[in-house]
Amino acid sequence: MINSYNFRFSEVYWCSNVPRTIALTGNEAAAWGARLSRVEVIAAYPITPQTQIVEKLSEWIEKGEFNAEFIRVESEHSAMAAVAGASAAGARTFTATSSHGFAYMYEMIAWVAGARLPVVMGVVNRFIGPPWNIWADWMDALSARDLGWIQIWASNNQEVLDSIIQAYKIAENKHVLLPVMVSLEGFVLSHTSEPVQIHDQELVDQFLPEYNPPHYVLNPEVSKPFAFGNILWPWDTVHLRWDMHKAMLNAKDTIKKTVKEYEELFGINHGDLIKEYETDGAEVVIVSMASIAETAENVAAELRKEGKRVGSLKVRFFRPFPSKEIVDVLKDKNKVIVVERDLSIGHDGILAMELRSVLHRYNTEIPVYSVSLGLGGDEILPEQIKKVVNKVI
Amino acid sequence: MITALVHPIEKFVRSERLPHIWCSGCGMGMIFNAFAKAIEELNIDPKKVVIVSGIGCSGRASGYWAYDGFHTTHGRPIPFAMGLKLARPDLHVVVISGDGDLLAIGGNHFIHAARRNVDILVILVNNFNYGMTGGQVGPTTPEGVRTTTTPYGNYTEPPFNAVWLAAASGAVYVARWTVYHLRNLTESIKTAFQMKGFRVIEVISTCPTDFGRRNALPDPLDNLRYLKENAVYVKNPDPREADIVWGKKFIIGEFVKIEGKESFDDRIRRLIEIAQKELRRSDLQ
Repeated sequence: MINSYNFRFSEVYWCSNVPRTIALTGNEAAAWGARLSRVEVIAAYPITPQTQIVEKLSEWIEKGEFNAEFIRVESEHSAMAAVAGASAAGARTFTATSSHGFAYMYEMIAWVAGARLPVVMGVVNRFIGPPWNIWADWMDALSARDLGWIQIWASNNQEVLDSIIQAYKIAENKHVLLPVMVSLEGFVLSHTSEPVQIHDQELVDQFLPEYNPPHYVLNPEVSKPFAFGNILWPWDTVHLRWDMHKAMLNAKDTIKKTVKEYEELFGINHGDLIKEYETDGAEVVIVSMASIAETAENVAAELRKEGKRVGSLKVRFFRPFPSKEIVDVLKDKNKVIVVERDLSIGHDGILAMELRSVLHRYNTEIPVYSVSLGLGGDEILPEQIKKVVNKVI
Repeated sequence: MITALVHPIEKFVRSERLPHIWCSGCGMGMIFNAFAKAIEELNIDPKKVVIVSGIGCSGRASGYWAYDGFHTTHGRPIPFAMGLKLARPDLHVVVISGDGDLLAIGGNHFIHAARRNVDILVILVNNFNYGMTGGQVGPTTPEGVRTTTTPYGNYTEPPFNAVWLAAASGAVYVARWTVYHLRNLTESIKTAFQMKGFRVIEVISTCPTDFGRRNALPDPLDNLRYLKENAVYVKNPDPREADIVWGKKFIIGEFVKIEGKESFDDRIRRLIEIAQKELRRSDLQ
């Protein structure tokens, strides 16, 4: 039987070392991020809206353009288990998932952080059912808030690509050794094309050298065999938890340094832990994450034109939570509006809750207005945010 | 005068949910029809039928059928159905789901429900790939064929022989048909409905959009023609010979039919009797 289906995507293939800007969807940008990071083992299971990331990677691998192993596992739980195994054996690993897949791998998500394996995962944020809903919602990644993963929330496709490269640098730092998830909202970013600069591979290699793990299974240089993941008494366990906590707090410095170094090499800065926009002299600040942050910036710009003193603050790293950094920006402001695509049922928006606890810790009494918008992928329009600001101001 | 034509299976469908999401040329419509016909011919009370589905294209079936139904999560329709059946033994519990859902992410439940002989009917719709997510390699994808995650052919993932898997795990009824063999399928569903225990009907379906398009069968009719030409009916076939090799003939028919095997709910009732007898004995002492 002759195969009539010709597998050719409308894409300009990488053939030189010159950086180029092409139109990429968020999913393609994530795949490029993993490819430029020279990931060695990938394991993933299809789920909408993530699937294209791994389709792209498996296509490159089969073509021989990208040297990595791709494991077509039978579930997300197995995907995370497989990358955990590969990471423990000393490989740089990548996986990606969404929503129910994320929920299904939850056990292994916790395990990978506890095992201090620097896995990087793309999370294409999607609602967890029922009802069945395939659109953007932050409830998947935020449900793993307390497990010890560093969380980056990307606002655009360029940031998706850059964040994945930065993620490896941060995760593999020997003072950090924590996994990182890079969140991109389903369809809002995952299926929307934007111009994205694909960096020179040599430059990326210079920024992100080969992964050289401090400890791994079957290390020939270690004479005594290691036993990983065994049972411990409570009084020993507490030390490991404390180490993780310290590592997460230490990661703040590593993140700032990494972002600076990245800017020097590539000339791109999406913000380190946070990104400010027109916060100087602002009365009201809109705090948000992910793609909403860009909408909020536009809203702030428009309101500034109307003479209203409004700024925007994007939380780029949700973990480690930029507590001091946020307080430094917000301490002299009058009001804070948190706009987010999630809701802690029976309480408030999750980001708003985090923000209040931080402001309280630093004895800062500013009213925080919690606004949960766009749950289940509903569109978030600038007019909606504007309306809230005008009401509050 | 305008006469409104009513489709013969209209009463089995939630017409307000139409149009459905299935692509033209998808085998689901034919399975839908065969199932409705079987129920009609058996004259079963629709309030006694529950449809449980998992994820994927076939997962949508529970929403379109006018029975009580549950669209459960990825791979989990069988445990869900098991709970339902044990709570309400009077119901006909039918799981309808795809090969990806039942044999990959839910593979564990498939073999364990068969081992326990849970009294449910499983209609396994096999379209050789993960159709809903755009056609990736799955646990039944034949060797050599192309999918989006095996763009140069599947040479790393040997497929399950679902028939043998079900038979070896303890199913009491195992049959395989294709969406071309609708009469056999309807009769088979009727047979299975009248039996008790873990019953599996594998239906080889068509997926011109995702699977066919990448494997020289973009036309829905060619997909059916492929099934017509390659499916070979064998009387009392051996499950071990039910492998599907792409481009070659494969066997359809009734592979396993065991009457009188104790089902899971029978066993639970027997366990209660044994336990109560023992308790009575210890009370006497």
